[in-house]
Amino acid sequence: MSGKHVAKNQPSSFAFTDENKKKIEEVLKKYPENKRKSAVMPLLYIAQRQNNNWIPLAAIQLISDMLGVTYIKVYEVATFYTMYNLAPVGKYFVQVCTTTPCMIRGSGKVVEVCKKHISEKQGHLNKELDSSWIEVECLGACVNAPMVQINDDYFEDLNAEKAEAIIKGFKEGKLPNIGSQSGRKGSEPIQNRTTLLKKNA
Amino acid sequence: MLKDTDRIFRNLYGDESFNLSNALNRGDWKDTKEIIAKGKEWIIDQVKKSELRGRGGAGFPTGMKWSFAPKEPTADRPHYLVINADESEPGTCKDRDILRYEPQKLIEGSLIAAYAVGAKTCYVYIRGEYVNEGKVLQQAIDEAYEKNLIGKNAAGSGWDFDMYIHFGAGAYICGEETALLESLEGNKGQPRLKPPFPALVGLYGCPTIVNNVETIAVVPTILRRGPEWFASFGRPKNRGTKIFCISGNVVNPCNVEEEMSIPLKELIETHAGGVIGGWGNLQAVIPGGSSMPLLPKKVCDNILMDFDALVEAKSGMGTAGIVVIDKSQDIVSCISRISRFYKHESCGQCTPCREGSGWLWRMMERINRGEAEIHEIDMLLEVTKQIEGHTICAFGEASAWPVQGLLRHFREQMEEKCSNLANRKIA
Amino acid sequence: MPKVTVDGIEVEVESGSTVLQACEAAGKEIPRFCYHERLSIAGNCRMCLVEMEKSPKPVASCAMPVMDGQVIKTNTPMVKKAREGVMEFLLINHPLDCPICDQGGECDLQDQAFNYGGGRSRYELNKRSVDQKYMGPLIKTHMNRCIHCTRCVRFSEEVAGVSEIGAINRGENMEITTFLENTIESEMSGNVIDLCPVGALTSKPYSYEARPWELNKVETIDVMDAVGSNIRMDSKGWEVKRVLPSINDEINEEWISDKTRYACDGLLNNRIDTPFIKKDGEFKEASWKEALNFINQNLENKKTFGGLVGQLVDLETSYAFKKLFKNVFNSELVDFRQKDILFDTSNTFNFKFNTTISKIDEADFILLVGANPRLEATIISSRIRKAVKSGCKVFSIGDPGDQHYKFKVIGNNISILDDLLFSNISESKLLKEAKNPVIIIGESVLKSEISKNVISSVQTLLKDINKLDGFNILHQSASNAGSLILGLQTENLQKVYDADVLYLLNADEVNIDKKNNQFIIYQGSHGGENSRIADVILPSAAYSEKNGSFVNLEGRVQRSYKASYPPGFAKEDFEIFNDIAKNKGSNHNYVSFDSLREEMINEHKLLGIYDEIQPSDIENLKIEKHIKKDHLIEINNIDYYQTNIVARSSKTMDECKSVKQQPRKTGTEN
Repeated sequence: MSGKHVAKNQPSSFAFTDENKKKIEEVLKKYPENKRKSAVMPLLYIAQRQNNNWIPLAAIQLISDMLGVTYIKVYEVATFYTMYNLAPVGKYFVQVCTTTPCMIRGSGKVVEVCKKHISEKQGHLNKELDSSWIEVECLGACVNAPMVQINDDYFEDLNAEKAEAIIKGFKEGKLPNIGSQSGRKGSEPIQNRTTLLKKNA
Repeated sequence: MLKDTDRIFRNLYGDESFNLSNALNRGDWKDTKEIIAKGKEWIIDQVKKSELRGRGGAGFPTGMKWSFAPKEPTADRPHYLVINADESEPGTCKDRDILRYEPQKLIEGSLIAAYAVGAKTCYVYIRGEYVNEGKVLQQAIDEAYEKNLIGKNAAGSGWDFDMYIHFGAGAYICGEETALLESLEGNKGQPRLKPPFPALVGLYGCPTIVNNVETIAVVPTILRRGPEWFASFGRPKNRGTKIFCISGNVVNPCNVEEEMSIPLKELIETHAGGVIGGWGNLQAVIPGGSSMPLLPKKVCDNILMDFDALVEAKSGMGTAGIVVIDKSQDIVSCISRISRFYKHESCGQCTPCREGSGWLWRMMERINRGEAEIHEIDMLLEVTKQIEGHTICAFGEASAWPVQGLLRHFREQMEEKCSNLANRKIA
Repeated sequence: MPKVTVDGIEVEVESGSTVLQACEAAGKEIPRFCYHERLSIAGNCRMCLVEMEKSPKPVASCAMPVMDGQVIKTNTPMVKKAREGVMEFLLINHPLDCPICDQGGECDLQDQAFNYGGGRSRYELNKRSVDQKYMGPLIKTHMNRCIHCTRCVRFSEEVAGVSEIGAINRGENMEITTFLENTIESEMSGNVIDLCPVGALTSKPYSYEARPWELNKVETIDVMDAVGSNIRMDSKGWEVKRVLPSINDEINEEWISDKTRYACDGLLNNRIDTPFIKKDGEFKEASWKEALNFINQNLENKKTFGGLVGQLVDLETSYAFKKLFKNVFNSELVDFRQKDILFDTSNTFNFKFNTTISKIDEADFILLVGANPRLEATIISSRIRKAVKSGCKVFSIGDPGDQHYKFKVIGNNISILDDLLFSNISESKLLKEAKNPVIIIGESVLKSEISKNVISSVQTLLKDINKLDGFNILHQSASNAGSLILGLQTENLQKVYDADVLYLLNADEVNIDKKNNQFIIYQGSHGGENSRIADVILPSAAYSEKNGSFVNLEGRVQRSYKASYPPGFAKEDFEIFNDIAKNKGSNHNYVSFDSLREEMINEHKLLGIYDEIQPSDIENLKIEKHIKKDHLIEINNIDYYQTNIVARSSKTMDECKSVKQQPRKTGTEN
């Protein structure tokens, strides 16, 4: 894998919506007045959400100007962190965790499902241009492995069938309930729970 | 087994709502004002007496860390408290449950810690992927503000306290406290040189205490129930209760709060339903998140889960993220995948880590695919030694140790893969 | 002061030093790549690892502060192994293209690999391939060679003042670049080439021109502005191949501006290498004899003689020129001003940069009056930026445009000076409270109409707060201060321009309105607008082709040295003067450059004291009575890459003008 993929086709300009301008005002209140640079990351997120899940270069320039930071400094941030997409990823962006804890619980099968139902190669939009998938590093839900993140939401305790159902689901415009797909609420044992039993709680 | 009544995180599994009224029912925010009224020194002293050690991986004594903050903040150099919720160590997902099911414990702990270190502002740095966990925490913070538990004169303590969430954006390295501070300042998450340490020069150049979510969240309970209660669990210097994350090849992967120094085998068998196929099917365990060297079954048979026991076994407690690997797994590819993780997450600042972590992974892959020659195994070890201890932050160790652990305990499997090549060549 | 033991040697170093400095003090060489004395500490290359007692890991000596009683070891197996390890990592992805790399022979990586490397390579996998990055006409990139030391990144942010270079992506994919591969805008950009410890950033104009060991290296002085930056000129045969900075902490530290560095190809182009005489409106090549005779014929019946000294002319030449006029033409009409400008020569204090360049660092209040330091004296600008970083506030009367540091324009009328004096504006308070106030007067406000007024206003203002030494004139040309000391400011400049015979000594900055019957001699190294209107052209050596001396804007006399030789039939200026005198039957003659210099020093003692600043006679300074005046300030536009005839002859400068000067936003740093 090389550096971050930056879209060739870039919109010529970018402007925040009025609603997002208000959000930005709120964000800036979190940091000391002379430390506006701290808002680089939240503003990149706001731009990404506004622009279909990816950040155009014009937004990087706009954010730089708003915060009084040079372009290269914001660009550095945008390329350093993996969650900023600098090229379109589609309406449904599937991130499959394949780090060891997920790997040993079968994340490879989830990857196969993505290859089959989204696109052969990761990081490529599917034919309908509405979704793409990538392999990502540990998403921090290891006891619910294997799992994927689709946009903001985690789908956990997967296997090939469950993964397939989810992807087919969003293709038909409906996502299943977020969280575990095996019926548990969080990180408690699926069966034979040993602690925090109702009678003691 | 720890009694449920001695568990700090009663809602670890989200059986109840995270909301404030439920949290109050569970005992959160009880007498917070009175606790703060006892003063900074008392709080720090109690935490010291509890022998609480940081739950983020390094295990630094929390009370001592707090005592490093300068006595009084000055007008141009306010103090900051920063909560490290950038939970990214493979095998670890405990802070996530605190954020989504027990957020008030974190908020209350933050107020107390902030007061103890003279901070009026607290930033919670949550990994960017935890969008929903962040939303929950924000709601919890809003609720706490509404009830004046935080904000001006927080919980009637006379201390003003603000709490803000800052999302990361996918960078494991930001779990390193100084990289986290860089990130919070709007930069790339590249660790800073130490000294100076954050307690003196941290966020925006001001004194800053950085603590893990779990560390802070256990503080209110410790202060309410007393340090002696907390210190009654675990062995000396390894006190208290701890959330263990048990993932991998177990029957019931789960998070569970248990006593420190619990035997690993007991932990897995009692709470996670045991190793798939039985204890005999166990191959190895990564005991403390991906950066800690793995332990082979024979060590796992008797090892206790605490800082000292694991160091003795040439591994570490880390985050207590336990990854169980059974005999069906190819151990070399399990560790190779960890090397890939470290290659991917290296910030690129220091030469040994930037260049070495990629080299390590590529060598691991060669060995894993049976393309390597046998002498490359020694070279692999040497390269890990060239990375370890030569970098600004502990990432160097984190990338070197898993491979060293593999070499220590599973060299035969590696050599076998290499000798296949030799056989092929002869053929 | 803390005492540290390094390899058994006890050394005492200043507190706040680093272990690396302590090691150096003990005479131990510590290899390094990212560490640079004049940049912030990055500590990322890990080459400088040393063993420290009580530390289980080796420590990066560049970043470790010294503490009393530290015991450091630099020669243990642990250190050796650590260095070899880092070296191996640096080399695994570094290409083996030294034979075609311009850095070869002066490469830190090469040298340190030789001295500290393990001497073998175990890496057999594919090396990383990184695309070259466009950075403009001056910097060539070979990013495969980059070792990510981030010196260039730190330089652009910390010294140049605009962070234009950054490291994008992360881990092994980290790449040094500008935002979207834009041209670097800074006038200091070339310094990153010197800073780059490998061949990743090299000089584009110099690429594949020469090997370092083939070059003749001469330490000399830069004349592109009045700063007097210390430089090294490297030449191969006749050609000056490149210009590099020499360290002088009093002046340019170790930086030079892009014009200083890159105008040198102008020394090769557009040269006058033979005399020309104009007959029937056309120039014809001529021999020296023909040219001198032609001059003699045309001097008959001429009554007035005017001489104009150009901005790159050294002291000795100006002195000899003046003598030629006095002895041979019986004229005092020699001047150096090529625009409407008036200096006060009643005291050297009145035309010097009295704060001195190095003391700008300590300034806490700087007021620019009609000055644009960034383009008029780039090095001064970097000093101001340094002061700003340590908290200095900068204000300006007149708007000079972006200076790469924050400043506030407080008006554009010289009446603001009165407001400051009479505390009419809030900045007066800051000025009066300042410990080290600095007021810098640019040439734009020294027009004859207002010059006296500005000088007296500023002096009154500073005298009032007892900080007179904060009075500074910002000269733009290398010959200015020297010419003033030599007394080359005549009472009536127009008389010089209108003389029957106008002798232009490499003076090409002024538009001459040639009179009927006016005879113009142009003597110079380069052809320009004014050589075209001349009647006779005499080829002379450029500043790089002869010895000389210059007074910089602080009043510091520095010698420049011959780095090359004049082309064709060109001669040194004083030799030409000798010939003209001889041909006219005068006995004016300098047998050698040394005798010329000796005579000049006899007459002007201070011009023989080199590299020091001689104090002005402030006690006898008469400050003119201050008169209130209303006058709008207009800061002269500066065509930075074309300010003198050498720069105008440079292809590189021409390219910079077309590429670098397009106004483009880079965003501004807070």
